[in-house]
Amino acid sequence: MNDMRVAEARMQQQTDTKISARGVQVHYGDKHALKDVNVDILDKTVTAFIGPSGCGKSTFLRCINRMNDTIDICRVAGRIALDGEDIYDRRVDPVQLRARVGMVFQKPNPFPKSIYDNVAYGPRIHGLARNRAELDEIVEKSLRGAALWNEVKDRLNDPGTGLSGGQQQRLCIARAVATQPEVLLMDEPCSALDPIATGQIEELIDQLRTEFSLVIVTHSMQQAARVSQKTAFFHLGNLVEYGSTEDIFTNPRDPRTESYISGRIG
Amino acid sequence: MNNERHILSAFDRDLEAVQAMVVKMGGMVESAIHDAASALDARDDELAEAVRRRDKAIDALEHQINDEAARLIALRAPRATDLRMVLSIIKISASLERVGDYAKNIAKRSHVLGDLPAIPGSGMALRRMSAAVETMMKDALDSYIQRDVALAEDVRQRDLEVDQMYNALFREFLTHMMEDARNITACMHLHFIAKNIERMGDHATGIAEQVIYLATGGLPEDTRPKGESVPRMTTEGA
Repeated sequence: MNDMRVAEARMQQQTDTKISARGVQVHYGDKHALKDVNVDILDKTVTAFIGPSGCGKSTFLRCINRMNDTIDICRVAGRIALDGEDIYDRRVDPVQLRARVGMVFQKPNPFPKSIYDNVAYGPRIHGLARNRAELDEIVEKSLRGAALWNEVKDRLNDPGTGLSGGQQQRLCIARAVATQPEVLLMDEPCSALDPIATGQIEELIDQLRTEFSLVIVTHSMQQAARVSQKTAFFHLGNLVEYGSTEDIFTNPRDPRTESYISGRIG
Repeated sequence: MNNERHILSAFDRDLEAVQAMVVKMGGMVESAIHDAASALDARDDELAEAVRRRDKAIDALEHQINDEAARLIALRAPRATDLRMVLSIIKISASLERVGDYAKNIAKRSHVLGDLPAIPGSGMALRRMSAAVETMMKDALDSYIQRDVALAEDVRQRDLEVDQMYNALFREFLTHMMEDARNITACMHLHFIAKNIERMGDHATGIAEQVIYLATGGLPEDTRPKGESVPRMTTEGA
């Protein structure tokens, strides 16, 4: 009975739009990398971006926290709104934006600092803690949130780079979670990890979605199917199809989606 | 239907192999229906025995298809049309297996009927009914091979005729039994035969619905026409 209620609660669709993209175009120099992308990404939902290499999924992910600003030849047009506010507005500070929209990369990239300092770095620069006790609390909460606390609580001063690959990636997630983001972007977070560590990260993603919106770029379609509620399929710079993960994997509407997800030459 | 090949050609070979098994099973079940009806019609005990014997091969093939489908799901993780194909194969082979059982049951009863008084008119009616179901099954399997939604829909609609024939026979048998109690044993057997044929029609319809699911990703939502589910007839009416 209880299980059924849990199942029902899971089935309830979160309909609040967190990120709204309209007519997004991206050029890298002459290359037209993204062509008119329109999508509404929901709050408290895991959205997976899938598609072959070079389809624009990572490019679009990087638009959401303005990581493309750091690439000189990159031009972004169109509108991306976070809670209705244009993130490319002149008044928006990209650093503040990236505290609200965190990111985890393909390869774990802990700072060459202690485990503690890796997690405390964000809260320190954004002034989220008034004293050491509060900072300790944030670090513990973030490490617990990233399912890493029990493994590192006795060696918080050891270097983060000394952890295993899976632990390092969870440390990076803890670091991203520490600034209390509203959106967490993940660019192939498990591609360098073994199946056990992948399973732990996926379990973590499923827990984190009760708190905020997650967007994950993945080449593993099984992973997209396992962790996401919404899936977007990109191909040659176009957003071809966006819908519930269940529909995309059982009955996609577009033949290009069908070809890609069923492992055919598309 | 997506006719492109998989990047992994072994996947295509696996899918084709399991489909070939379903087509083979379909052929075996079609002849089981045909031969069971012929054996009944001609009171041919030898043919009836052959139908009973051949059912074992149908059952074995169903097991083989299920094993292969499980292997495909485990090793190939089929998606979209591929997934629907594997799911429909499991259902279709289960339906075919049931139809094989019904044919076997008809063959068993036709043996017993040889020693019982003939019921006038029943032979002709059962022949018509089994011919209709045989064609339904053939068309359902053809619609599966061709992915022909229109033909599948046609099969679905034709189930009504079979239901009506069954209901008519039910009334007829009841009348014979009320007229003369010595007819009861024969009529009971004939009634079960008619019911078996009617159920075969339902399974042919189920296969046709799987074809629609396979091709469109959804089952038809409209309610198809159905014959009166329970024929009302009491002794008072006689």
